[in-house]
Amino acid sequence: MALRSLLTRKTTLGLGLRGLQTFSLPDLPYDYGALEPAISGEIMQLHHHKHHQAYITNYNKALEQLEGALAKGDTTSIVKLQSAIKFNGGGHINHSIFWKNLTPVREGGGEPPHSSLGWAIDTNFGSLEVLVQKINSEGAALQGSGWVWLGLDKESKKLVVETTANQDPLVTKGQHLVPLLGIDVWEHAYYLQYKNVRPDYLKNIWKVINWKYAIEVYGKESK
Amino acid sequence: MGSFCYHTFPASSHLLVSDFAPGFKSPKLPYLSKQQERWFSRSQGASKIFAYYGLREPPYKLDALEPYMSRKTLEKHWGGHHRNYVEGLNKQLEKTEVLYGCTMDELVKVTYNNGNPLPEFNNAAQVWNHDFFWDSMQPGGGDMPKLGVLQQIEKDFGSFTNFREKFVEAALTLFGSGWVWLVLKREERRLAVIKTSNAVCPLVWDDIPIISLDMWEHAYYLDYKNDKGKYVNVFMDHLVSWNVATGRMARAEAFVNLGEPKIPIA
Repeated sequence: MALRSLLTRKTTLGLGLRGLQTFSLPDLPYDYGALEPAISGEIMQLHHHKHHQAYITNYNKALEQLEGALAKGDTTSIVKLQSAIKFNGGGHINHSIFWKNLTPVREGGGEPPHSSLGWAIDTNFGSLEVLVQKINSEGAALQGSGWVWLGLDKESKKLVVETTANQDPLVTKGQHLVPLLGIDVWEHAYYLQYKNVRPDYLKNIWKVINWKYAIEVYGKESK
Repeated sequence: MGSFCYHTFPASSHLLVSDFAPGFKSPKLPYLSKQQERWFSRSQGASKIFAYYGLREPPYKLDALEPYMSRKTLEKHWGGHHRNYVEGLNKQLEKTEVLYGCTMDELVKVTYNNGNPLPEFNNAAQVWNHDFFWDSMQPGGGDMPKLGVLQQIEKDFGSFTNFREKFVEAALTLFGSGWVWLVLKREERRLAVIKTSNAVCPLVWDDIPIISLDMWEHAYYLDYKNDKGKYVNVFMDHLVSWNVATGRMARAEAFVNLGEPKIPIA
């Protein structure tokens, strides 16, 4: 009921009959080839232009169907659509973070974190090397498809390393978790270049990790 | 020292497959050498026994499925992924004795542990899945099933076209890594298309798989990049082995009564 009045309110604001926001593919802040040789341009193009776009397209489609189901009060459909929304919406969330987690070497990619996040890493894990080791081993051990994360627990103020399956966002592992860094370990993220040697991909990706973004998010969320 | 598995000689379903497919290269069966190894070490008074599973070769050369599945894919998929699962499994089995003497089927069911999988499940199931997958394909495959299999498909799906649609749809709507199966459901006594995640296979629910398709990205990414639809259609049109499916159906009918009971009317 409340949702329906929200929709009509949006209509009067002139957002069109549906008033439903559609999502679109964010631009990469760098060229497809800018992350070479850590990640090939071919992978970046497919990953961004095909995979991420597909998640967005299907997310929009699922939301449209959800809107229809909500309007009709069709609970069966509302519930049935949840998995498609979680998967495709999660894919959109995760990849949007991922592109910001990466940056070309010439723009600071791979430069280790300093300031507050650097100290937090040393406190929580001992050193950056230990953290990288932990992330790499958890990422390599992940069975199937998923992500490996460095996250901040806003409640306990601790840094954590977590993995999520498929496109589950980090928050599914803990409602207070905020993603600082995520590494996509779906095979499409590395297969064309590294084939089945996921550990090599994980070793090399650190050369283009954008710690500046992680520091930004950490600074904002740890207040 | 209790053991979950007590077959003294592995009754491998692979043996029956090769019976029905005389034209194929006969698969090497390293299970035999495992048996010999056990007797040998026992006779020498050794206290430690090892179980080793071997990497079975596909029943065709690695380039035989070109151009639908490239030799490069077979090399990486079979020689890399499948081999890693076998070696990983053997390493895990070195540390435990309870899982000895199992056939592959038994090992998969036991390690699945009714939904709470043991650490060995992933490797065991993926070894089984890939053995089954290579066998599910053949050079010059595709086309349509004949006779009994076709009849059963038409009975349970309405038509072959309908089954094919369902199979393709299942493959394209799978979230994440997994497999698509044509399976004979034991209790319902009918065929069904199901999809499973990661390493799960219908064996764990005691159903009988007839055909499988690997939808992990590594199975198609080198050949088709993200074009899953093309991969699935190529599989159905050119790779799936209905010969093998026929053999598996025939064996399955020894365990599942698919016929109508002939009840005499007084």
